[in-house]
Amino acid sequence: MKHMLDYYLTTFRIAIQSQFQYRVVQYFYMIGMIAEPVIYLVVWSTIADAQGGSVGGYTPGTFAAYYLVWTLVRNMNIVFTPYGWEQRIRSGWFSMDLLRPIHPLNNDVAYFAGMKVVVIILWLPIGLFLALFFKPELHPGWYQVIGFFFAIWSAYLIRTMLLSLLGMITFFTTRVGAIFELFFAMELVFSGRLVPMSLMPPVVQQLAGYMPFQWTFFFPINVLVAPMTALEMLGGLGMQLLWIALGWVAVKLMWRFSVRQFSAVGG
Amino acid sequence: MSAIIHLNNLSKHFKVPVREAGLRASIGSLFKRQFRTVKAVDEVSFQIQPGEVVGFLGPNGAGKTTTLKMLSGLLYPTGGETSVLGFVPSRRQPQFLRQITLVMGNRQQLVWDLPALDSYDLMRAIYAIPTAEYIHMREELIDLLEIRDLVNKPVRNLSLGERMKVEIAGALLHRPRVLFLDEPTLGLDVTMQRRIRAFVTEYNRRYGATVLLTSHYMADVEALCKRVIVIHHGKVLFDGELSCLVEEFSAFKTVGVTLQTASAELQKYGEVISQDGTRFTLRVPKLETAQVTARLLADLPVDDLNVEDPPIEDVIEHVFAQGKLEEVAR
Repeated sequence: MKHMLDYYLTTFRIAIQSQFQYRVVQYFYMIGMIAEPVIYLVVWSTIADAQGGSVGGYTPGTFAAYYLVWTLVRNMNIVFTPYGWEQRIRSGWFSMDLLRPIHPLNNDVAYFAGMKVVVIILWLPIGLFLALFFKPELHPGWYQVIGFFFAIWSAYLIRTMLLSLLGMITFFTTRVGAIFELFFAMELVFSGRLVPMSLMPPVVQQLAGYMPFQWTFFFPINVLVAPMTALEMLGGLGMQLLWIALGWVAVKLMWRFSVRQFSAVGG
Repeated sequence: MSAIIHLNNLSKHFKVPVREAGLRASIGSLFKRQFRTVKAVDEVSFQIQPGEVVGFLGPNGAGKTTTLKMLSGLLYPTGGETSVLGFVPSRRQPQFLRQITLVMGNRQQLVWDLPALDSYDLMRAIYAIPTAEYIHMREELIDLLEIRDLVNKPVRNLSLGERMKVEIAGALLHRPRVLFLDEPTLGLDVTMQRRIRAFVTEYNRRYGATVLLTSHYMADVEALCKRVIVIHHGKVLFDGELSCLVEEFSAFKTVGVTLQTASAELQKYGEVISQDGTRFTLRVPKLETAQVTARLLADLPVDDLNVEDPPIEDVIEHVFAQGKLEEVAR
């Protein structure tokens, strides 16, 4: 346990150091990422205004709050992508990770967690600017602020499990870009990334209930943005824990099966 | 003494898709895919004793790296048995991985953007090395490899040779008992190659580590390895002392002769490989060496004459060309 903590903290530190080397690139990346929710926000605010001030209970102010928190949640749930898995397996770099007496997933979790420190520091001025410009209506209770902290880290872990599972397909075939794209399309629809889930047709909302996606976007955003009792919030955090546990078991099973397929291509 | 590395009929076969060129074949492959089996390693057996430094030789595609990958637990064998330090490598148990290292000349594990010292600290955390032990080993490796002025620079700013040296130090911080070195001097200049060779020798001497080394540079093998294993098409062709390899497979000797004149006709004594003024180098069938040298001395005004084994590169090339499949175990 002490060893793992030391490992996580060291990797965390390495990640922060590495990311600060590329802070300008990070900033441009983040500005590009911010464009997506700003477009959604402008479109939905316009629709809300045209419909007399709200759509499905969302006013321009609550839309602004939703998409502003969206930018933070999106940055928090950036994880090692399947494309990264594909790259490291195809190039053979994964061999070096496999030689270490520590599961490679630990590195992914620790490194990307460390990145968040840099990401949040860089996000703060952007978030402040967006808040001043779009004037979000944001009135969370104290327990929601605490819950939000746990919700975004849980979202990070759920997404890590999901994308690792997806990435491990690369052990079987090194051309899996199409499968990844399908996954991201589903995530866009069923996660609340495109639009708050409550604005989606009932059938989509029902289907989303059986999927993990909304627990990585819609729920953490809502913890801070929507009126929510402490009990409702704890229920949601419990669902996140359930998906983390399911993901972890799936990753372990998939790993055991897939690592045997590793052919150490490219060296 | 019991073997530290043990392979018994170890095999690795890859199933690779095959298809003719062209649109027709492309469409056909949608309905019926064809595969062929590539035997990268085919029933290889050998043992290595603790502290041995063994050269693992073969042309490209012979199966050297695949064997090293199986021995380090990166690849699951198709068949056969293997044990390293008493562990089955493919199980990749942490206790096993903590005692080995695999250095590949074309791979690196150091963080590209940071000084090597930061990566070393990460290695300390990965291998759970006690701090005092880590600092002692790190300093020792820095001195041995003469990299004190390199470890504070970002890895991306180092030259290939410098990077290889800091890479090797990183791979040995946990003081592995078994080293798998896959082309550790690849692309390095002669001076750097020599330093790395000296380092491997010293590491082996200090810690009694077992080393299995692949290299295309015969100078590496000659300097480091008493014993060599030659592999070709996934099969072991030779396993024994380097000197025996020359003895076993060299069909020729090299005769160097210096005459008092440069205009002599020496073709009748053997194949003239080179001439530099009055100095001639001949390739002579091994069995005829004594007779040829006697004739040279009797027939010609000889100032100097010496007989040598051919360069090891030539012998190895001859072994591969011959494709001799019988295993010569000693």
